Amino acid sequence: MLGRVEKKYGVVVIGGGPAGMGAALGARDYGEDRVLILDREPEAGGILLQCIHSGFGMHYFREELTGPEYAERFLQNIIDHDVDILSGSYVSGVVIDSGGSKKVRVMSESHGLITVETNAVVLAMGCRERTRGAVRIPGTRPSGIITAGLAQKFVNLKGYLPGKRISILGSGDIGLIMARRLTLEGCHVEGVFELMPYSNGLTRNVVQCLEDFDIPLHLSTTVAYIHGRDRIEKITVAPVNADLKPDMSRAWDVPCDTLLISIGLIPENELTQNLGIGLDVVTGGPLVSSTLETSMPGMFACGNVLHVHDLVDYVTREALLAGRFAGEWAKGVRRPKDNIRLVPGDNVRYCVPHTLSPEREHTIHLRCKAAMKPCKIRVGNLMEKKLRFVFPAEMIMFKIKPDLLDKFHGDTLRIDILPLEKGEKVD
Amino acid sequence: MYDVAVIGGGVIGCAIARELSRYRLSIVIVEKFEEVGFGTTKTNSGIIHAGHHSPPDTLKGKLVVRGNKLYDRLCKDLNFGFSRIGELVVARSESEIPELERLKKQGEAKGVPGLEVWDRERLRNAEPNLSNTLVAALHAPSAGVINPYELANALSENAVDNGVDLKVNCAVEKIVVKKGFFTVHTPPETIKARFVINCAGVYADKIAGMVGLRDFTIHPRKGEEYMLDKRLKGLVQRLIFPIPSKNTKGILIIPTFDGTIMVGPTAQDNADRDDASTTYEGSEQVFGFVSKICPSITERDTITEFAGLRAVSSTNDFIIGPTRIKGFINAAGIQSPGLTSAPAIALYVRDILKSEGLVLKKKGNFKPHLPGPPRFASLNYEQQKRLVEKDRLFAKVVCRCELVTEAEIHSAVDHGARTLDGIKFRSRAGMGRCQGGFCSSRCMDILSKRLDKPFEEITKRGGDSWVVRKMTDDV
Ligand SMILES: Cc1cc2nc3c(=O)[nH]c(=O)nc-3n(C[C@H](O)[C@H](O)[C@H](O)COP(=O)(O)OP(=O)(O)OC[C@H]3O[C@@H](n4cnc5c(N)ncnc54)[C@H](O)[C@@H]3O)c2cc1C
Ligand SMILES: Cc1cc2nc3c(=O)[nH]c(=O)nc-3n(C[C@H](O)[C@H](O)[C@H](O)COP(=O)(O)OP(=O)(O)OC[C@H]3O[C@@H](n4cnc5c(N)ncnc54)[C@H](O)[C@@H]3O)c2cc1C
Repeated sequence: MLGRVEKKYGVVVIGGGPAGMGAALGARDYGEDRVLILDREPEAGGILLQCIHSGFGMHYFREELTGPEYAERFLQNIIDHDVDILSGSYVSGVVIDSGGSKKVRVMSESHGLITVETNAVVLAMGCRERTRGAVRIPGTRPSGIITAGLAQKFVNLKGYLPGKRISILGSGDIGLIMARRLTLEGCHVEGVFELMPYSNGLTRNVVQCLEDFDIPLHLSTTVAYIHGRDRIEKITVAPVNADLKPDMSRAWDVPCDTLLISIGLIPENELTQNLGIGLDVVTGGPLVSSTLETSMPGMFACGNVLHVHDLVDYVTREALLAGRFAGEWAKGVRRPKDNIRLVPGDNVRYCVPHTLSPEREHTIHLRCKAAMKPCKIRVGNLMEKKLRFVFPAEMIMFKIKPDLLDKFHGDTLRIDILPLEKGEKVD
Repeated sequence: MYDVAVIGGGVIGCAIARELSRYRLSIVIVEKFEEVGFGTTKTNSGIIHAGHHSPPDTLKGKLVVRGNKLYDRLCKDLNFGFSRIGELVVARSESEIPELERLKKQGEAKGVPGLEVWDRERLRNAEPNLSNTLVAALHAPSAGVINPYELANALSENAVDNGVDLKVNCAVEKIVVKKGFFTVHTPPETIKARFVINCAGVYADKIAGMVGLRDFTIHPRKGEEYMLDKRLKGLVQRLIFPIPSKNTKGILIIPTFDGTIMVGPTAQDNADRDDASTTYEGSEQVFGFVSKICPSITERDTITEFAGLRAVSSTNDFIIGPTRIKGFINAAGIQSPGLTSAPAIALYVRDILKSEGLVLKKKGNFKPHLPGPPRFASLNYEQQKRLVEKDRLFAKVVCRCELVTEAEIHSAVDHGARTLDGIKFRSRAGMGRCQGGFCSSRCMDILSKRLDKPFEEITKRGGDSWVVRKMTDDV
């Protein structure tokens, strides 16, 4: 029920975005009937609420929905399943007593400071955007330099424009989507400047948001200087050399009144860190087992807080799973510990989960370091999977069947992305 | 007609106005920005220097030690963030040790308390994260850190509480010397005053020029500072200084009052008086140097950076005193350690005014105290609960990085915040890792409501620093 909160739950989910909602449903489906979602925003739905473009749900609902529509469907489902939802409630910490019982500390205007006791917790806090400070752009510090997500909030939720003449640093998906959105609002988008030789966003966004609107994408280029005293007036951009440092001899100026920053997302793990939960330095999210359990027993993680996803459908799938295992845990089921460790090898930036157990089928998520085509994924000496291409911006997923793992006797499995050998072909 | 017009609402102008507000005088602060402290006062290292660095025969050398001593009382009165964390000047080779001894002697001669030279082992025990190649250090326990913008805000607010008028968005463009008084012209209004105190920072020579005084010039010297992620909190406990060079105290490691580590500043002469830009060269210099002293600090830890302009005078010292224009008094060339010296400068200027004929009679009703702002994040759970019982808005989080609640934003507005930066400097909302990504639209909502201004008129720091445009505006 919306706005209801009891003293004790089986599963408490922190964050009410698609990950949190999916996890709550997963726990309910398993049969845990005391589930609470806490979200600090006035309404549950997470980042979806400001993504008014369509493109969500093609995998999960087999329909193209807008972000708010996708959220709405889930929310209704959750309310129907009698999950409690308290929005406007900020989780400031979790206290774990020696018996392993967890007390979630909540701040909310409607309830004051309260603690909620629970058996299991699902971390679903999403992520935040990297800012100007993270990339160190020299120059002045005027207004008009904001993250693409904040610009999206201003435009879609508040009805204001961040400016009229826009430059965009970084080709993350939010930046690309905002390039289109602002063009449609009558702003002039001068261009997108991307440090790397490839876009950081999905190919479909490059096509539908830039190419269709004749917005230039300058690859291997960065913003080297910011000008303007009170408000940003122009930027100096420059191609970068092999060391990714700007080559000022080839620099040029771009007048603009706004610079959107779209240079990546960081999982929101302050809470996780405060609990001493182990993090993966590459993903910025917690280390998790194949049941999506963190290093703290009974605490699970899913969605962007675990690793940054590019499609919400994948978030949902992962979340249903995390919720299910949290539900099990709440009911006292204890599975044997995973006994196989996954390690990223050649051209693999990270893989999630971090460990496996031979008893179930697993979906492995990974990202490559560099684009490669065609190529193959090799998992130890257990399996190979050929791919037409891999691309850092697009998450790679594949399944490992239990019968394969049954035959495996080691304790670490290395995953590599390798070029095809002579004579090998992608089917 | 005012008795005294203070031109410039930086820490110096605010300290002088607040000191004078103890007396039966009518006083006005005239400031060109939207809020006080938006000049050099908000962009410095925030160090209350012990005083051993400045030579004793200079005015700054005299005022710095006196200023340092006045801080305990000032902090008790005004409740800004201040902590005497102590300072270490570190020697990187045996050949630098005599310089430590020289600084120690220089400090002792000026009355700097507790100076001690530490050997390698003692230094290592006290600051284990510094490079193990350091050989010795001079420890100065009386050095401290403050949040300088908090100080300027507290001084001006307390001055206003005691009857001082504060006029912001008033850039002085012309001063006319009349018989026995001045007219100070700013675009919005003209102000008459018997005494004018010139505290205009990097523009002080221009202000002096307005009354025909051209006996000094100011040239700006830029200093870039880099703020590091709070993950590095606790890396060093004390201020870490290298052996100073002729012009500067060098590049420092500064555990700010809030514990966040800051590194800088550089020292680069600048032609432009408003150019507070940071540069590639600056960051390379800062991180290149600092990593030698504390190897675990890297450029990647930066969450934000800024630059400030020191007002270096042609005498290379503070220029404080009466002038041949009767009633026009300079407090100019206040470069480092200006922040430290501010309370001493205020007393010094008071005495000058007295000898220039201003009658000083104490008020009976001077209120020296200003309560500090509420700081939810720094309280324990029981204290937090009590606050929330009093006001539910203490349970509504606005800034997630620094855990600032809506009640604290309201308090910032109650205490004078008019811009996003004004809120940030009073409440810390927007100072953390996400640099306002999460809270700025909320803070704008609150400002808009409280100031009864449309959302699109809220600015980052006044002037033309708008944040959003209305959708319906012509594009
Ligand atoms: C701008 C943008 C555009 C996108 N476009 C597409 C698209 O076109 N198609 C597509 O398939 N996917 C898209 N995505 C991806 C998809 O929306 C995300 O992957 C998905 O929203 C992540 O879900 P989440 O639940 O992990 O995180 P979020 O949606 O971010 O939800 C996290 C929730 O946790 C809450 N929270 C965090 N910390 C706390 C705390 N301490 N206490 C209480 N609550 C807390 C937050 O308020 C938030 O509501 C887009 C993402 C973004 C950011
Ligand atoms: C990088 C750096 C680090 C420093 N570190 C330290 C330190 O650690 N410790 C220390 O003690 N000192 C330090 N200092 C020095 C210290 O910051 C200054 O001495 C002090 O802030 C000077 O204050 P002020 O009031 O004179 O100047 P400002 O703060 O610049 O105030 C001058 C004011 O005058 C106003 N003004 C200018 N022209 C006009 C006009 N025409 N009309 C109306 N108003 C006008 C400006 O808007 C401004 O607000 C540092 C300085 C820098 C640059």
